[in-house]
Amino acid sequence: MAASVLGVLFDGVAYGSLLFLISVGLSVTMGLMNFVNLAHGAFAMAGGYLCVALMQRAGMPFLATLPLVFLAIALVGAALERTLYRRLYDASHLDQVLFSIGLTFMAVAAATYVWGPNQQPVRLPGFLRGQIHPGGVDLGAYRLFLIGLVAATTLALHLLMAKTRFGARVRASVDNRAAAAGLGIPVDRIFVLTFALGTGLAGVGGAVGIDVLGLDPTFPIKYMVYFLLVVAIGGAGSIKGPALAALLLGVFDVAGKYYVPEAGAFIIYGLMLTLLAFFPRGLYGRKA
Amino acid sequence: MTTALRTEGLSKSWGGFVANSQISLSLPKGARHALIGPNGAGKSTFINLLTGVLAPSSGEVFLMGERVTHLAPHERVKRGMARTFQINTLFPGLTVLESVVLAICERSGAARIWHRTVAGRRAEIDEAWDLLARLHLDRDADRPTRSLPYGRQRLVEIALALAARPKLLLLDEPAAGIPTGESSEIFDVIAGLPDDVTILFIEHDMDLVFRFARRITVLVGGKPLTEGTPDEIAADPRVREVYLGELPHV
Amino acid sequence: MLRPFPTPAAVSPEEDVIRPAGPCERIARLPADRWTLRETAFWLMPVLGYFAFPGYLMLGSQILIAGLFALSLDLIMGYAGIVSLGHAAFFGTGAYAAGLLASHGWHEPLSGLLAGAAAAALVALPVSLLVVRGQDLGRLIVTLGIGMLFFEAANKAAAITGGVDGLSGMEIAPLFGLFDFDLFGRTAYLYSLGVLFLLFLLCRRLVHSPFGLSLRGIKENSKRMASLGAPVERRLVSVFVIAAALAGAAGALLAQTTRFVGLDSLSFQRSAELLIMLVLGGTGRLYGALIGAALFLLAQDILAGLDPVYWQFWLGLMLVAVVLYARGGVLGGAALLAGRIRGKRR
Repeated sequence: MAASVLGVLFDGVAYGSLLFLISVGLSVTMGLMNFVNLAHGAFAMAGGYLCVALMQRAGMPFLATLPLVFLAIALVGAALERTLYRRLYDASHLDQVLFSIGLTFMAVAAATYVWGPNQQPVRLPGFLRGQIHPGGVDLGAYRLFLIGLVAATTLALHLLMAKTRFGARVRASVDNRAAAAGLGIPVDRIFVLTFALGTGLAGVGGAVGIDVLGLDPTFPIKYMVYFLLVVAIGGAGSIKGPALAALLLGVFDVAGKYYVPEAGAFIIYGLMLTLLAFFPRGLYGRKA
Repeated sequence: MTTALRTEGLSKSWGGFVANSQISLSLPKGARHALIGPNGAGKSTFINLLTGVLAPSSGEVFLMGERVTHLAPHERVKRGMARTFQINTLFPGLTVLESVVLAICERSGAARIWHRTVAGRRAEIDEAWDLLARLHLDRDADRPTRSLPYGRQRLVEIALALAARPKLLLLDEPAAGIPTGESSEIFDVIAGLPDDVTILFIEHDMDLVFRFARRITVLVGGKPLTEGTPDEIAADPRVREVYLGELPHV
Repeated sequence: MLRPFPTPAAVSPEEDVIRPAGPCERIARLPADRWTLRETAFWLMPVLGYFAFPGYLMLGSQILIAGLFALSLDLIMGYAGIVSLGHAAFFGTGAYAAGLLASHGWHEPLSGLLAGAAAAALVALPVSLLVVRGQDLGRLIVTLGIGMLFFEAANKAAAITGGVDGLSGMEIAPLFGLFDFDLFGRTAYLYSLGVLFLLFLLCRRLVHSPFGLSLRGIKENSKRMASLGAPVERRLVSVFVIAAALAGAAGALLAQTTRFVGLDSLSFQRSAELLIMLVLGGTGRLYGALIGAALFLLAQDILAGLDPVYWQFWLGLMLVAVVLYARGGVLGGAALLAGRIRGKRR
């Protein structure tokens, strides 16, 4: 029993880490640009397909694809930010929602057209398959890899935000966009860089997530509510809040599916409603 | 004489930051009372405590002798407290007439009615026209609020508050954002209000304050520094010190 | 002698007509609901359509039902400003309620319709309490989550709902005990049209009422509404529940006229398509909902020959284009155009 609790906890943390990796970019775009981007999951999906394509067509090893995926999806993100997203920063949330649903539909249709409606398989390298057994607990090697990857990324993000000039500028822009622009901070450039960073991370999340979340064209719609939930509960514009929220969601979702499988997805929706009922402004609160 | 508004030791603090400390104020019915003080003196916090947008850390608020400290904002409105906002807080897409009719319907209770048209509410519409005429807004009645110049939008701000038929009117810098030359129009309107309306206002323009207020409270660092007639306040050396000679020589 | 109307030649630029300086000309537009000729013409179209296109009555019913559904979303989104990503939850609830009644021995259509609306309103009440508290992001998630929750629930409760196979085997008694639901969909069409028209009149009255004005006030500035003494949350709960009842009625109509309820009636796709219909036609105008629903379903029908994948792509492109280039939809664009023409004439 204790072993199974630990195992579920471990899986939940791994799942939550993945959710965080994908959602952190969404949190930043919402906090920084006040943009509700429902198409965020499409960038994760694009990362997944790119990873699969690089492995199958170019014969690249799994790990080697990840930096490429990050760069490519970040570039796509930057291009879309420059051409489309930025035109809607001052639009109403309704317009942003409609626009990003439109993008999502186009991405779903394009993915179906190119790759078909089926799940894509991913071949993980040998050392990431199988399990290790420290102290009699079964831990999936791949899950351990996920946790390590996300922990390292989170640490890097934290250092970027806390220690660098870029981070200070992002934080200033989140606090007050107009004031930051008044201080001579190039808000436009901050926007495109953070957007690219966020979408790039989502792309990597989509690639490393194939083994856990699966990959098919409905991905952006299927997980939309999860990504939004991480931001809504954790609060937009921060790293700590969404990280905590993602772990919480991950553990509850895995535990729910393990202990009460017949309840299915209800656990997560129940948790969502409870949290939103008691913390309508998220765990850490958002600026109004 | 009955008091319209009374506060007892009203205080508000966040953590270690004290925004309002021990403010006790008493306004008789019909008062024209100004609240002045340098930026950050806690004037807006005080208004928010009075209207119930913020809950006080300690102290009490009485409206017409009734304790309202724990009432929700809209319940205080029902008891005759109305306010204007320092920054225009209007209905940009509604016409001026629609805005005022809406405000009057909220007061009269007609706003719950869903099976009769607005155009059929003769009493509310006539009242709205009278109110607009008093504020010289009737020629703009059919224009969307957002298309009005800022100064006239300030008048709509006051019209919406008056639609509540307030016993106590809180004006948060009614002339803010208007060139000095035009602000007197706003104050002419306010000066023309009936005497049984009690008015507490925040204003930075000292000329206007001294012309219009009958009593003045000076707030500094969240605490009342002094209270008195305009003459007393103008003569008070401490007030002069706070304002560094900004006061006109009376 | 006084000439009531000066002829054009009689008025020179120097002596312009001076309006009488009466006390005040108290004329201004306020929400009223005088019925206009244009509206009569609009409603004649579906009636004419009944005679002109007897082969397309099934599609016609679908348009009328979608119009009612979009009307319901317009109430909360176009007037009260609540964006919902899960409005299909109430449509589906109404559809399953009416469908289950009809497949369990209760065949009378009008009471089934009422039951569908009532069921949707009933489930909307607790949901609305959550929705009205949050801000935009919170509302999006609650509505999206509720939509997914309902879908999942219907999927899991296959014993009752039929799961992915859908609910079928309904029997609908003749309307008013007189009119059989025939194979060509004549009764279904007229039934849908009648229900839509009556509920449209209700919506029309509601949005022109003081209550409707207060909803627009909340959409424009909820902070000011609160300071005017309006119980903002209670108003939003009221309109949310009313809108849910309308959505439920639309769902019930679909169940009764097609004698089938599928899981897709609860799907995110359905909620998203509804949003598209409404913005396509124009929000906050009631007629926009009806026009948008018609345009959407006609386009879908024409493009049905295409692969559904293409359809979804064009749908997405349409949304992006509407947001970027045609905010306000068809009616919004028409109003803008009319305004420009008037402006030029002056």
